[in-house]
Amino acid sequence: MVGGGGGVGSGLLENANPLIYERSGERPVTAGEEDEQVPDSIDAREIFDLIRSINDPEHPLTLEELNVVEQVRVQVSDPESTVAVAFTPTIPHCSMATLIGLSIKVKLLRSLPQRFKMDVHITPGTHASEHAVNKQLADKERVAAALENTHLLEVVNQCLSARS
Amino acid sequence: MAAAAALEAVAPTGALWGLVHDFVMGQQEGPADQVAADVKSGSYTVLQVVEALGSSLESPEPRTRARGIQLLSQVLLQCQSLLLEKEVVHLILFYENRLKDHHLVIPSVLQGLRALSLCVALPPGLAVSVLKAIFQEVHVQSLPQMDRHTVYSIITNFMQTREEELKGLGADFTFGFIQVMDGEKDPRNLLVAFRIVHDLISRDYSLGPFVEELFEVTSCYFPIDFTPPPNDPHGIQREDLILSLRAVLASTPRFAEFLLPLLIEKVDSEILSAKLDSLQTLNACCAVYGQKELKDFLPSLWASIRRESNQRRTILEMILGFLKLHQKWSYEDKDERPLNGFKDQLCSLVFMALTDPSTQLQLVGIRTLAVLGAQPDLLSSGDLELAVGHLYRLSFLEEDSQSCCCSSALCPGRVAALEASGALAALYPVAFSSHLVPKLAEELCRGELDLTRGDEPTKCSRRLRCLQALSAASTHPSIVKETLPVLLQHLCQMNKGNMVAGTSEVIAVCQSLQQVAEKCQRDPESCWYFHQTALPCLLALAVQASMPEKEHSVLRKVLLEDEVLAAMVSVIGTATTHLSPDLAAQSVARIVPLFLDGNISFLPENSFPCRFQPFQDGSSGQRRLVALLMGFVCSLPRNVEIPQLNQLMRELVELSCCPSCPSSSTAAAKCFAGLLNKLPAGQQLDEFLQLAVDRVEAGLSPGPCRSQAFTLLLWVTKALVLRYHPLSSCLTDRLMGLLSDPELGPAAADGFSLLMSDCTDVLTRAGHAEVRIMFRQRFFTDNVPALVQGFHAASRDVKPNYLKGLSHVLNRLPQPVLLPELPTLLSLLLEALSCSDCVVQLSTLSCLQPLLLEAPQVMSLHVDTLVTKFLNLSSSPSMAVRIAALQCMHALTRLPTPVLLPYKPQVIRALAKPLDDKKRLVRKEAVSARGEWFLLGSPGS
Repeated sequence: MVGGGGGVGSGLLENANPLIYERSGERPVTAGEEDEQVPDSIDAREIFDLIRSINDPEHPLTLEELNVVEQVRVQVSDPESTVAVAFTPTIPHCSMATLIGLSIKVKLLRSLPQRFKMDVHITPGTHASEHAVNKQLADKERVAAALENTHLLEVVNQCLSARS
Repeated sequence: MAAAAALEAVAPTGALWGLVHDFVMGQQEGPADQVAADVKSGSYTVLQVVEALGSSLESPEPRTRARGIQLLSQVLLQCQSLLLEKEVVHLILFYENRLKDHHLVIPSVLQGLRALSLCVALPPGLAVSVLKAIFQEVHVQSLPQMDRHTVYSIITNFMQTREEELKGLGADFTFGFIQVMDGEKDPRNLLVAFRIVHDLISRDYSLGPFVEELFEVTSCYFPIDFTPPPNDPHGIQREDLILSLRAVLASTPRFAEFLLPLLIEKVDSEILSAKLDSLQTLNACCAVYGQKELKDFLPSLWASIRRESNQRRTILEMILGFLKLHQKWSYEDKDERPLNGFKDQLCSLVFMALTDPSTQLQLVGIRTLAVLGAQPDLLSSGDLELAVGHLYRLSFLEEDSQSCCCSSALCPGRVAALEASGALAALYPVAFSSHLVPKLAEELCRGELDLTRGDEPTKCSRRLRCLQALSAASTHPSIVKETLPVLLQHLCQMNKGNMVAGTSEVIAVCQSLQQVAEKCQRDPESCWYFHQTALPCLLALAVQASMPEKEHSVLRKVLLEDEVLAAMVSVIGTATTHLSPDLAAQSVARIVPLFLDGNISFLPENSFPCRFQPFQDGSSGQRRLVALLMGFVCSLPRNVEIPQLNQLMRELVELSCCPSCPSSSTAAAKCFAGLLNKLPAGQQLDEFLQLAVDRVEAGLSPGPCRSQAFTLLLWVTKALVLRYHPLSSCLTDRLMGLLSDPELGPAAADGFSLLMSDCTDVLTRAGHAEVRIMFRQRFFTDNVPALVQGFHAASRDVKPNYLKGLSHVLNRLPQPVLLPELPTLLSLLLEALSCSDCVVQLSTLSCLQPLLLEAPQVMSLHVDTLVTKFLNLSSSPSMAVRIAALQCMHALTRLPTPVLLPYKPQVIRALAKPLDDKKRLVRKEAVSARGEWFLLGSPGS
């Protein structure tokens, strides 16, 4: 129902009016990248480009626009085949934190060479149940089991689908 | 006979009585539809139904009356088109009367009236009577949602068909409606009600003294705060309500005195969406409001905008909206300019934004400045000087640290600043020629001096920005008179060896010149000024560079490089296409003799050590300048007569087959083709064609200049294909024959790409060439069967040439033309994928990729081959092929999912490999392709 002048919110969203951040532009293509011979190592920006366009589960916005992921919170070493991504939930009690972490993890699993060991965790001190969530995300079996769950897989796939 | 008919009519009425009884007393729903169907088929009349209902319509029990009327209403809803005028009058009377009845009855009564409101046979006067009765008898807002909706429908129906009658009610109608909708809360009803209010206003119903009431009854919903419930079956979105309310509020200036205070209040709201809605509503108002409505509110609106401090960008957007509004006013009233009082505040706000570190704010600031400048007589010369100062600074804005410093097009702030310079310079040429051009010229000079001491990239890019700023501001003829000499002077300075200039530097100057030339095209006088100033200067520099000299300055060599010549060709072409024919004739009378006779008298500096004879002289430097001649003569309007044409064409053919220097012989062939394309059909054209064909045939026979003869053939063919000349098929056949030539075959295959693509320097529409729009389709139809046949007949080693030629043709063809031919061509294309030539692979992949998107059904038949071949090519040694193959893998996901699912595990495994490709651009494509394959048939995709 519409209130005549008054305000009636639905109360469905935990954080109904999030701050929106600017999206970074496309990575400019360098001459080196166009040269057949020069190998381009996998760097932080490349990892960031993989995850920045993931959709937030409850807003029509990307993780980048919500500042949940930032390039400075990506650590990667191509020679050592390691990548670590810290993400920052928009509010400390965000119940979507595990789901966001799972989406990032799945995106990396689908997009990075198998040799990579990946660590996805919450930016320290930004979430009430930081350790519990981190533990779940680090547990390979739990991640695999989560993806067996049709409903969860559906939500993750939605987060990873290109926005139309 | 009459008795028989009466008997027949009586018989089924028995059944009718039964049905009515079942519905009214038996509470069954089915009989209503049965009765309606029977009435429709003519078994009974409506009158008979009323008679059958008889007692129930008069029953003392309200439930029975309600049930009776419900049946009648349901019948009427389906059969209103059968009613006679007489019946309608009775029914209306009956229903109006029933409006006074028990509340249980009202819903059915309203349904009946809705049926009657749709009735064509409704006699004049009754619509008004029905509405009056409703307004008087029904308290609409105490009815359930559906019944309120019925009332709105009755009103809407009457407004659509009885507009004149309703208008006869005067303001009573408006007042009645205000009472009907007052307090409405349901979004479905509101959408209809807003629509009615909008129509009341836009169709000019009398509002009488009720303007404020009508405003109140709608504006109380502003700003809309509505979130659709989860799983809402009605699908009404917040945005629907916002837009339809906005359409009402902004529909008339008569609301202005009430609406503006409301908007001012909401601009101060804590809620961002309310602020934005207010701004957008205000902008919508601009479409209908005049100066009168807004000027009294401007001070308070301005004050509330000034109070805003958090959303600086939003505020500037608001101001931008205002200024556009003000622009509108300025046409309305020349004497009153209410914005003048705020001008200083506005300027300081805009200038503050221009110095802000946030790019977004800068951008809005620049846009605002441009709109501010477009207000006549608003900015003082002091403001302009400041503004120009800011634009000067912004023209040198650094890009983000991440991007490379020399790719100058990337910084949005700088691009916007250059655009704003252009827009404002056109309006205030004096301010720009006195405050911007001299500073830029000085900056360039400083660069010239500095550069004797080495060439750092920062200085180089600073000079580049200077050049861009100069060309961007050249939007007024008087400014061109200042900037063109600066640019030409800069080029001469480089030539004198006062600075070390690289190829890219000279090309940058040429690009700036080309942009200035483009801006001059609109004004014939500027166009001629540019042409007669720049061309002699460029030609003189080039001729001098081509002279044999003991000590060559660095630039002299640079000026003769292919890339630099191409940049100069583009300047010359742009400065020529828009010349008027008589001025073009003046110019051609000097330039052709320069090349044919060495007549250098019109060049500004013309003391050269030896003669300029590009067609006779042996020096390759002079011959290279034929490209400049090409740039000029091939851009002339078609009706300009070219002096010494016969001699010129012969010289061009000769030079085109001269084996010494490929670039000058190609330029000569292109120049010949460009002229040929524009010649009218006739003896002269035939002679030139014969000349070319003879030369080509002689040249193609074994000897040193086969490749030159081939180039001439290719360009002449292109010139003829573009204009559908009858000889073109003959030449195309000759070209196709060369596909099996061991020496020229690959070049001939690539030639098909040239035939199908658009050139930039010659044979362009802009350069007045004759280009028929369907030439590609025609070429396809005429030649593809022969290509396919040639492919099958060809020996193994030359087969790839046919495939390459074919894929070039298909690649450039509009999809709709290609699709019907697809089934026959597809097997050939798939074969082409196995060809070992990278160019064939690439060209075929880029041909297949859009087909996967456009014709998934046809492509599905070959899914097995496609998957295998694309995956193979995704590990090709060529990066471009790997990228294209992965893009095709991505496009494959558009095929019907059931076709793809059997391949999903295999593809996902195979695509893991390119995720680790050494090239980032390949990995990027692999990621997106693999991501899409994961989603196939998976929930949520």
